[in-house]
Amino acid sequence: MTGVLVGVGNEYRRDDGVGPAVARAIRRLHLPGVRVAIVEGDVSALLDTWEDADLVVIVDAVVCRPPQPGRIHRGAAPSTLGSAQPTSSHGLGITAALALAAALGREPRRAVVYAVEADDLGYGIGLSPAVSAALPVVIASVAAEIRVSAKTRRPDSH
Amino acid sequence: MASETTRLTLAALARVEGEGRLAFTVRDGQVEAAELNIYEPPRFFESFLRGRDFREPPDITSRICGICPVAYQVSACNALEDACGVDLEQPIRDLRRLLYCGEWIASHALHIYFLHAPDFLGVADAVELARIARPDIERGLALKRAGNAVLEQLGGRAVHPVNVRLGGFYRTPTVSELRPLAEQLRRALDDALATVRWVAGFEFPDAEIDCDLLALVQPDRYAIEGGRLSTASGTTFTASEFDDHVKEHQVRHSTALHARLDGRAYLAGPLARYSLGSASLSETARQAATDAGLGSRCANPFRSIVVRAVETVYAVDEALRLIGQYERPEHPYVEAEPRSAVGGGVSEAPRGVLYHRYELDTDGRILSATIIPPTSQNQAAIEDDLRSTLGANLELTDTELTGLCERTIRNYDPCISCATHFLDLTIDRR
Repeated sequence: MTGVLVGVGNEYRRDDGVGPAVARAIRRLHLPGVRVAIVEGDVSALLDTWEDADLVVIVDAVVCRPPQPGRIHRGAAPSTLGSAQPTSSHGLGITAALALAAALGREPRRAVVYAVEADDLGYGIGLSPAVSAALPVVIASVAAEIRVSAKTRRPDSH
Repeated sequence: MASETTRLTLAALARVEGEGRLAFTVRDGQVEAAELNIYEPPRFFESFLRGRDFREPPDITSRICGICPVAYQVSACNALEDACGVDLEQPIRDLRRLLYCGEWIASHALHIYFLHAPDFLGVADAVELARIARPDIERGLALKRAGNAVLEQLGGRAVHPVNVRLGGFYRTPTVSELRPLAEQLRRALDDALATVRWVAGFEFPDAEIDCDLLALVQPDRYAIEGGRLSTASGTTFTASEFDDHVKEHQVRHSTALHARLDGRAYLAGPLARYSLGSASLSETARQAATDAGLGSRCANPFRSIVVRAVETVYAVDEALRLIGQYERPEHPYVEAEPRSAVGGGVSEAPRGVLYHRYELDTDGRILSATIIPPTSQNQAAIEDDLRSTLGANLELTDTELTGLCERTIRNYDPCISCATHFLDLTIDRR
């Protein structure tokens, strides 16, 4: 089983760094068969991260209305992101990247998105208290997700 | 899969630097005002650079933009090296230019294929385009990847490179490290030439910009990492004279400052660069331009996609030339000593001239910083174009007008252009 964990975001925009923070924590766990990548949103880089992957888990920050900073949303991409519209100036966003991958026949076999509601997206490093509190939960959930998926798929790989 | 079926209303994904609002006032069938409001991050950076060490701006300002961090790094270095009286050796200058070529390739490939081309092919976005033109999008991705590879090799990583420092680089690559890059770039040159042929076949509405142009020029090459400022009206000046010619002023409707060149609206970017410097392109790029039907200058903003494609050919070609002649410099950087001085620096970001100015004290502490990005320089020209476009199409519905205005804005590739529906349009019809 090849699993890929992609932390998406900019660590210098406060809570936008939650994806990279999860990625670094997962990297420290040295889970077998798992690649870890940090992407700031570049669509071509995103597509390359899940090349040949059985499972890709994407962690990103989101802004919701009404807001509840620190709330964690998990779902099958891209439905998790619902009607999200990217407002980034030059990144196309995860929804578009996954849709693009599907159109090109390069979608991951299975994708799961963890979206963490951000509180502070201002300039600077460090997560807000609400997102910091959510961080261990996201890390544990993502690690469990990858482990369960590895066990489920193991018989196929023999 | 997931058992949860929560539906969310997401106002935005997290990277929020791009946002545009456009307001028109129409009175008696005439457009009275077109006001484009662009969110502009550099203002914040100017404030928190004050009091910082003079070696920090290349790393700090690279964070302003994820697409053109090298432009911010190089303009910062140029300004600070000017202040400190540092003169770079040619091999270091060439490496900086090579790094910058990578940024041009990656940025132009993104804009051409993923942001701009859908406007010409009747599809909503790059995803729809991928469904009907998969080989083209794959070619765009390969080009983007080639640009990223240059950035990774020289800058340490593709986004926000970390290997650039005042006076040069922390580490320079060996000749053998650049060899695989050359192989990838040779393939990219074919892709870049195919890109020019592809976009040259699009249909372009008749349009012509009516303003002055500002771009850097160099005597022996197409200007990228530095040069002398030149205008279509015939003025030339140096980076240290930038403030004498370009004045920023506040406008009521936008947090971004507007800039004027000797009192006039003007345009920076691919059309300006090409119109003022097409004779300096490489033979391969010049031939591609001729084959695509471009003359020695181009004033049609819709054809900017062709100019970007030609510039991509040039950037790949130039990167190959620089790698071909590369010898590893003896020292990766020149040590810069601080002094009480003011320095100005410019370079050609993919979207146009990017100006930095720093005032230092004797210890190298930054007393003041000014950053003028191309998007704010172009804002007045974009508003002029929007005003005339809208005036000629007032019979359209607001929805149709929004699409038309978005397309008009995308011609200029400002820092708000990628979102499919980026524009919040307000029309006050009286």
